[in-house]
Amino acid sequence: MNAHDILLGRLDATALPWHELLLADTRLEVISGIVGLSAAIIAVAGALLVATALTWRRLWGPLWRDWLTSVDHKKIGIMYMVLACVMLARAVVEAGVMRLQQALGSGGGGIVTPDHFGQLFSTHGTIMIFFVAMPFLTGLINFVMPLQIGARDVSFPLLNSVSLGLTAAGAVLVMVSLVLQPFSTGGWSGYPPFTDASFNPGAGPDYWIWAVTLSSLGSTLTGINFTVTIYKERCEGMHMMRMPMFCWTSLCTAILMIFAMPPLTVATGLLALDRYLGFHIFTNDGGGNVMMFANLFWLFGHPEVYILILPAFGVWNEVFSTFSGKGLFGYRALVMATMCIAVLSFTVWVHHFFTMGQSTELNAIFGIATMAIGIPTGVKIYDWMLTMYRGRVRITVPMVYGVGFLFLFVLGGTTGVILANPSIDYQVHNTLFLVAHFHNMVIPGTLFGMIAGYTLWFPKAFGFRLNDCWGYRAAGLWIVGFLLAFFPLYILGLMGMPRRMVAYFEGAWLPWTLVALTGAALIVLALLCLAVQLVVSLRNRAELAVPVGDPWDGRSLEWALPAPVPEWNFPALLVVEGRDAFMELKMKGDHLDRPRDGFIDISMPRPSCVGPVVGAAGLIAGFGLTWHIWWLTVVSLTVIVAAMVARSFVRETHRTVPAAEVEARWNAWRTLADASPRIRRRDEQRQANRGHAFPAAREGGE
Amino acid sequence: MIRTLCRPPVSIMVSGLMMLSGCRLNMGFLSPSGPVAEAQRMHLWIVCGLMLLVVIPIFITIPFLLWRYRYRDGKNNAAYRPEWEASWKWEVMLWSGPLIVTAVLSWFLWTYTKALDPYRALSDDPLQVQVVSYDWKWLFIYPDMGLASVDHLVLPAGRAVTLSLTSRTVMQSILIPELAGQIYLMNGMTTRLNLQADHPGEWMGRNTQYNGDGFYRQSFRVEALDATAFAQWTERAANTPPLDAAALAALENKGMRDDLPALFSQVPQHLFHEIAGGRGHDHSGEK
Repeated sequence: MNAHDILLGRLDATALPWHELLLADTRLEVISGIVGLSAAIIAVAGALLVATALTWRRLWGPLWRDWLTSVDHKKIGIMYMVLACVMLARAVVEAGVMRLQQALGSGGGGIVTPDHFGQLFSTHGTIMIFFVAMPFLTGLINFVMPLQIGARDVSFPLLNSVSLGLTAAGAVLVMVSLVLQPFSTGGWSGYPPFTDASFNPGAGPDYWIWAVTLSSLGSTLTGINFTVTIYKERCEGMHMMRMPMFCWTSLCTAILMIFAMPPLTVATGLLALDRYLGFHIFTNDGGGNVMMFANLFWLFGHPEVYILILPAFGVWNEVFSTFSGKGLFGYRALVMATMCIAVLSFTVWVHHFFTMGQSTELNAIFGIATMAIGIPTGVKIYDWMLTMYRGRVRITVPMVYGVGFLFLFVLGGTTGVILANPSIDYQVHNTLFLVAHFHNMVIPGTLFGMIAGYTLWFPKAFGFRLNDCWGYRAAGLWIVGFLLAFFPLYILGLMGMPRRMVAYFEGAWLPWTLVALTGAALIVLALLCLAVQLVVSLRNRAELAVPVGDPWDGRSLEWALPAPVPEWNFPALLVVEGRDAFMELKMKGDHLDRPRDGFIDISMPRPSCVGPVVGAAGLIAGFGLTWHIWWLTVVSLTVIVAAMVARSFVRETHRTVPAAEVEARWNAWRTLADASPRIRRRDEQRQANRGHAFPAAREGGE
Repeated sequence: MIRTLCRPPVSIMVSGLMMLSGCRLNMGFLSPSGPVAEAQRMHLWIVCGLMLLVVIPIFITIPFLLWRYRYRDGKNNAAYRPEWEASWKWEVMLWSGPLIVTAVLSWFLWTYTKALDPYRALSDDPLQVQVVSYDWKWLFIYPDMGLASVDHLVLPAGRAVTLSLTSRTVMQSILIPELAGQIYLMNGMTTRLNLQADHPGEWMGRNTQYNGDGFYRQSFRVEALDATAFAQWTERAANTPPLDAAALAALENKGMRDDLPALFSQVPQHLFHEIAGGRGHDHSGEK
């Protein structure tokens, strides 16, 4: 073992982003090398640009003190969502490159080599699931749920920060693989034996293993945190059956996280044993069995899709009732349906591999269980329709996404039922039909839900609304772009086109891939519109300001608070007497009361560097393991343990916010609220909307 | 059993409708050439038909709701019941509708899944073909004739065929959409797939499970011949080079078929079982 091996493990010049270009022989390889190098340059330049801007504006200090070390659930939620947006930009661009490749790949050729294409679909899937959808929904729950149940924070604020650190570490590890290549080509599910050392000895699958492991650990901890928070931190009178539906879906999501994430951690851990220590768990030889990985992975993977969709369902509940000016129809049924979905989600994993050769009885039972999930899901759709029935529906930006969701999700559900039938699945499994189906669930379902939630709660977080015009443009482009990008894939799948094809020799497939490319272009435009929307809204934040805090005539407790919400959320612990607590107050012409017993000092957790330190050390450990740099791995794992031990010696974990400060903020806010007129819903999208709402339900009787 | 599942008139009617609507999918299992694919298509139409009963009312109702109950600043005359949040009558309907549809779908699911068991032979005396997948090519062994072909599956039209499958490399999945659905091929295990081509013809078969750089080119030609042509083919195949250790080693190399012969004879008697190993992957279905 020479010094290089000890210092840098197997990391050498071949990992550098221009290596592919140096070896390139053919035109395709040159173009592919340029694509890979450009991606690396963009990643590095982006990081440098952000670092320079922070240095220039002297923001490193505030960033560290006010954000990275913060244990405030609202700030952690926002950081989760920022992470999701950055990763979303990369994964959407990757999708665009893949669509372009498939449009150009008719008859061979295109812009990326097969190996490069393999890395593209693997990073795209891994990022979209673990580093876009998961952080987005975790961020949204983090921000909204404690406010809705009348809590000061989650039960374990520091653990929350550690979860964020671990998730971010996984995301950064995937970003590093852009510069020190390659990433895995094994897809987001990383099936062995393809990802075993005998077939893929390189660093690629190891990047995947550690990125996913970091993220799954973070999500398990998050699940525990959210579950305990909902069980223990509800304010007085907030019975389970009085919680807003978003909290119910958050609870089910959190429970799913606790039970579904460990099988994934175990699966990636066992795969790591195969790769690093020569175990034979999933290998072809030595008694290994690939079928065990498939079972473990999908034991996680299926509940995972409900982890993705349930928080979005929660958002839709809020969107449909708020913008219909009406209480949610069928609250009890919706609670039951959510629970049904959560439980059933653990009973259907075999439908991911009907084609593995098991008995027809087994397949049929799992197929029927799969279709059974359609029952509670269908009930939800009907309940949302009945929420609009005899309401006063306002087509705001979140509602545009909502209506798009209803139509598209019903179609996606239909193709889901088709896939649930083993005999039909034998034909369309592993084809683009399947790809179209799950994108049909996660884009209109999860992603539209997240964007709608972002639009809905943005004013609560930052004190001003988002520009509506750019919001409508983005929503329209998302919906049309989605239709064009994914409906052709259904047809291609029925024509027998497998997924993950870099090129093909069937002329009949070409027109459909061209249509799909157009759709992908529209989706990129939609993303740009969202970016423009943010910039435009930031510039016009004075006109869009809603400091009183209730821009949409909201129903649940978070809308009773100023926007942005103070660090301590509620000046005193609340007592609620029913569901839609804030709406009941508003209907009586009231607002959130001053604390009955006067203002008191509030004890809040202090910021802590443990979260970012554990995250950074986790990232470095993952990097060291990937490249076999053992000393680095040992050092960083030691740092993690040391950070935890050191934390246990910290005695001053809380600080006190004086009652006077709380009272001053409260008085300033109430003065502002009293000076702002209560506006009717027709002025919702106008400058007159300062966040002081006149309840839509009382407009008629005025 | 399978035949009775695809009542031809319905099938023809639906394909006719598809043609009329200009959406011609003349490849894949929507233009089947065997009883299995035909039954799978029939099942697809049944599921689609039942699901339309659910989808169409929703698609009509949503625009109606959006229009009738839109916010018009007090000018909308439609009823407004902001407090109306629960109704047992509605709830019973909402749950029972999907429940009934799912029950009907489940009945079809059970029937078709049992009938289309890929392990169930389509006749008493199917032709046995053994399939070994390599990176990125296919070896088809005809054990009863001592023949083998690479990337070219030749079948007698109108006769049932049983494929026994294994992989020499990573997991793969074989799909000939016009004839039957797919099944995985796994190292050290044997899976099974039964199919039949109704008439002479040519189709493409593929691996659908990603397995590296050559994945997109890992297809094979499927050719169904009438009885005489098939007999001629077997005669011609008898005079090809033997499938010896050198040829088997060449198959192991990662790559396409390239200059490897397409046909071999004198295939060792127990070659497939030696490759697949002892571990069968039979389920308890009817043999």
